[in-house]
Amino acid sequence: MIYNFQILRYFSNIGKKTPKICIVGAGAAGFYCAQHFVKRIKDIQVSIFEKLPVPFGLVRFGVAPDHPEVKNVISKFFLTAEHPNVEFKGNISIGKDVSISDLTEAYDYVLLAYGANFNRKLDIPGENLPNVIPARRIVGWYNGLPEEAGLKIDFSSEKVAIIGQGNVAIDVARILLKPVDDLKETDITQHALESLMSSKIKEVHLIGRRGPLQAAFTIKELREMLKLKGCGTYWNENDFVGVESVLPSLERPRKRLTDLMLQSIKVQREQYSEKKFFPVFYKSPLEINVLNNSIRKTITLGINRLEKTDKGDTTISLTNTREMLQSDLIVTSIGYKAVTIDSSLPFDNKKGTVINQNGKIDNRLYAAGWVATGPTGVILSTMTNAFNTAEVICKEIEKNKTVWDKPGYESIRNKLNKANIQVVTWADWLKIDDYEKKAGQRCRKPREKIIDYEKMLEVAANK
Amino acid sequence: MALVRTVLNLRKTLLSSETLRRLVSVSTPALDKKEIRVTFLKANGERIESKGKVGDSLLDVVVNNNIDLDGFGACEGTLTCSTCHLIFKKEDFDRLPEKPTDEELDMLDLAYDLTETSRLGCQIILSEDLDGLEIKVPATINDARDS
Ligand SMILES: Cc1cc2nc3c(=O)[nH]c(=O)nc-3n(C[C@H](O)[C@H](O)[C@H](O)COP(=O)(O)OP(=O)(O)OC[C@H]3O[C@@H](n4cnc5c(N)ncnc54)[C@H](O)[C@@H]3O)c2cc1C
Ligand code: FES
Repeated sequence: MIYNFQILRYFSNIGKKTPKICIVGAGAAGFYCAQHFVKRIKDIQVSIFEKLPVPFGLVRFGVAPDHPEVKNVISKFFLTAEHPNVEFKGNISIGKDVSISDLTEAYDYVLLAYGANFNRKLDIPGENLPNVIPARRIVGWYNGLPEEAGLKIDFSSEKVAIIGQGNVAIDVARILLKPVDDLKETDITQHALESLMSSKIKEVHLIGRRGPLQAAFTIKELREMLKLKGCGTYWNENDFVGVESVLPSLERPRKRLTDLMLQSIKVQREQYSEKKFFPVFYKSPLEINVLNNSIRKTITLGINRLEKTDKGDTTISLTNTREMLQSDLIVTSIGYKAVTIDSSLPFDNKKGTVINQNGKIDNRLYAAGWVATGPTGVILSTMTNAFNTAEVICKEIEKNKTVWDKPGYESIRNKLNKANIQVVTWADWLKIDDYEKKAGQRCRKPREKIIDYEKMLEVAANK
Repeated sequence: MALVRTVLNLRKTLLSSETLRRLVSVSTPALDKKEIRVTFLKANGERIESKGKVGDSLLDVVVNNNIDLDGFGACEGTLTCSTCHLIFKKEDFDRLPEKPTDEELDMLDLAYDLTETSRLGCQIILSEDLDGLEIKVPATINDARDS
């Protein structure tokens, strides 16, 4: 494979007078854009810059270890990376090692695809107490994100509260409730596996602000929870008053999801299981308090009421009723956001996205994936968005009468050399990939991820 | 070629029981299997005529014939992506040998332009009486260039 790829490189466009595009971020959006570019335009050069020494973004560091099938998308990314007109350059942090203006000088087009990798905060008192942890960090911890390798989570008590009900929240709930034996042969990090082995967790409460008809999880994830070995799902029947009667008027996806919840309620009294999953609706966390300097905590939950706005849609309003939930591990999962990586970018800090119109920021600057759309949807939606944005650029290229004499990666390389930055190429990543797979074989895992940044660079530099 | 190889490798390692069941027929030796004609209709009007064998899934047909549908089959038939969404004529939909499972419907619910006669191509296995099948490929993902 490597051999082939080197021969192809010989015939490639790198260095020729062709349009040169750089992509910032080697996640799903970056790879799908690159795929579209090389397919549509024969003479083109695409550089993909990635901050980490390893590619694939959230497909590697987000998608749950017990969902290996989802990661099959990677085989297409391999083909793209090995295309003669594409070059992967890892371990380069754009905005830090190289600025956006360096890129616009070196390339004809710059496409930002750096994702939305920060968590939103609840902004309530007590959010910074020990063992109150953003889901993003827990996900990074069990998926081997180097910066989270040292995260300490206390699993010594029985009850967990997760604030938020999206698919990320469900992923975390499932990993915490799943029999550890069913995780052993996944690519979950060894440190996470070991901590989970001694976990005492028996109950996970999944707390949402709105009602069952607005539930944010998708049906696939819920069905998986309902089938989880050794774990029962329990609903509060009061949350479902009147829900059955609106069922016929719902669109198919919402209808099937709601129906599945209603079916589950019908059997909840018959099940007995050691572990319990409680999806709870109409509750907003207001504050977290610690009990006598211990790990014991209580969350004050405000009860919400659903109201119709003048426009006909629904909003929630907080009532005066409060409820207390005791829980020692609290996970906040209310969404991701992007932050700006370069002060020159027009940025909407509230939405957490770069300001763009269908992917366009200005004439030569574009954005795709979560940094452009915000952190919603699945890989399918990211792919669709990436193809569409890449196509907008392809059309621009076809119209553009310039001579395409930008230097491309050459000039960036000079800068990186001067700064003594170790660039991780695709061939280097293949070494890391191989190393991880071999390490995995020893413990019957698909791979054991390297969690240490320096170690990644060391393996990448191996001859 | 490389893709087919990777696909096969991944399939060996990452099979869910559901796909395994579906794939068994694919991996049995092709003795005297009849060729089944399948036509894909893209939203831009393009007609792609192709052939598959009894026991192939429609994803196999797309992969084996190198049919160029962007992003199609991203999860390689493991029922986790819905990029293989296809739209059937009502009469074809009704005579498909197997009804969709709950898991297939769950993934379909995430697809764009979902219709009453939508199915996921990786779950449709060709049988002899499906010869001459004509299937619509929904616009959103596969014709980005026409939008
Ligand atoms: C926990 C979690 C689980 C998920 N599970 C699923 C699932 O099961 N199925 C599904 O379909 N979807 C899932 N998704 C959604 C899916 O991951 C996203 O749709 C998709 O990954 C978004 O792609 P992206 O390229 O926009 O962002 P990312 O995947 O985040 O890629 C961005 C890349 O840019 C890099 N980068 C960041 N800053 C810089 C910089 N300054 N310079 C250079 N590079 C930089 C990052 O390191 C990263 O590699 C999940 C998401 C999360 C958060
Ligand atoms: S190929 Fe992914 S669901 Fe069919």
